[in-house]
Amino acid sequence: MDPIVLFFLLGIVARLAKSDLRLPEALYEALSIYLLLAIGIRGGVELAQQPIGAVLPHALSAIVMGAAIPFLVFPILLKVGKLPRADSASIAAHYGSVSVVTFAVALSFLLKNGVNAESHMPLLVALMEAPGIIAGILLARMGGPQRISWGPLAHEVLFGKSVLLLLGGLAIGATAGPQGVKPIEPLFMGLFKGVLALFLLEMGLVAGGRLADLRRTGAFLITFGVVAPLSLGALGALVGHLVGLSIGGSALLATLAASASYIAAPTAMRIAVPEANPALSIGLALGVTFPFNITIGIPLYLQLARWIGG
Amino acid sequence: MMQTHARKLLVIIAEAALEKNLVRDARAFGAHGYTLSEVRGGGDRGDREATWEADRCIEMKVICGASVAERLAAHVLAAYAPNYAVTLFVTDVDVFRPQKF
Repeated sequence: MDPIVLFFLLGIVARLAKSDLRLPEALYEALSIYLLLAIGIRGGVELAQQPIGAVLPHALSAIVMGAAIPFLVFPILLKVGKLPRADSASIAAHYGSVSVVTFAVALSFLLKNGVNAESHMPLLVALMEAPGIIAGILLARMGGPQRISWGPLAHEVLFGKSVLLLLGGLAIGATAGPQGVKPIEPLFMGLFKGVLALFLLEMGLVAGGRLADLRRTGAFLITFGVVAPLSLGALGALVGHLVGLSIGGSALLATLAASASYIAAPTAMRIAVPEANPALSIGLALGVTFPFNITIGIPLYLQLARWIGG
Repeated sequence: MMQTHARKLLVIIAEAALEKNLVRDARAFGAHGYTLSEVRGGGDRGDREATWEADRCIEMKVICGASVAERLAAHVLAAYAPNYAVTLFVTDVDVFRPQKF
């Protein structure tokens, strides 16, 4: 097993054992800024050498898929799970949006296995943050009386730190080029995996704390938290193959489709759909789907991409 | 003995998601200033340990006249308390510069 996954498990164990281990919030903040920038810069350096025509179909498919996923899972949550409309829409938005850390783990998994992927995949991460959230809000408000104030919400999503730093990193990498980033390479490339490991220790602590919420969510949602990423991952791998991504690229797109946001979506949905219970969506995204994806999901999505692509 | 003037101190403890709204509301209802800090705690909507983005809590202190405090508190209770973790209370304070509050 990849050592970074073991860091995650250590975090969960520490939390369940009620250890006093607690990473300072400033460190969590610094590590997440580092990861977002590093992913962006890495992609940006190579993005500059690519023709825009090659990137466009992939970018469009990512946006469409991000927007479509909530519409696919919403009816299941509403009808089969018998959840209230607001909760169904909020959970749907979390799955439509993406988890950058899950993407980072997939990236490191591909590197470890010597599988190449398109260099513009980090761009797709940035593009897939918002559409799912917007779709989720529309689903929550369909037929409802309340007006949505899109202005502040758009600002929240587009200038929130994850999209800003991913796109900023891409721009820096693309502008500076391979020679330009040489001096910052030891920090942003060399240390990437170690920082990711440390971040996953923190994620384990946070996810472990969410496990208690699951006792109240019931069997349907826990099953959903595993079945949804599996089905959406298969969809992502298929879409990746159809738009001509490589096997590595398809595996990453599958991971993005399967992942559930726990940074952008919770914040946006809290403001846009206040009547939804955040313990349900966050418990599901962090307590079930995130651990599932980084331990079992990602290797499976690569297999799936190989199977569909080969 | 310096002369003091009676004002109200309104303390609002809420989910960090509400920060922008609360700052805007405080200004709109006529408060001259506010102080914000990040805090940790727990209640009947669960524990907030400030370990990551969606888990933060803020404490907002507003010193203002009695009528501003009352209207702001009524608004916060009506607009946010039904769906968000919100705790608020008001207490008497004495200030030295009445024009500031």
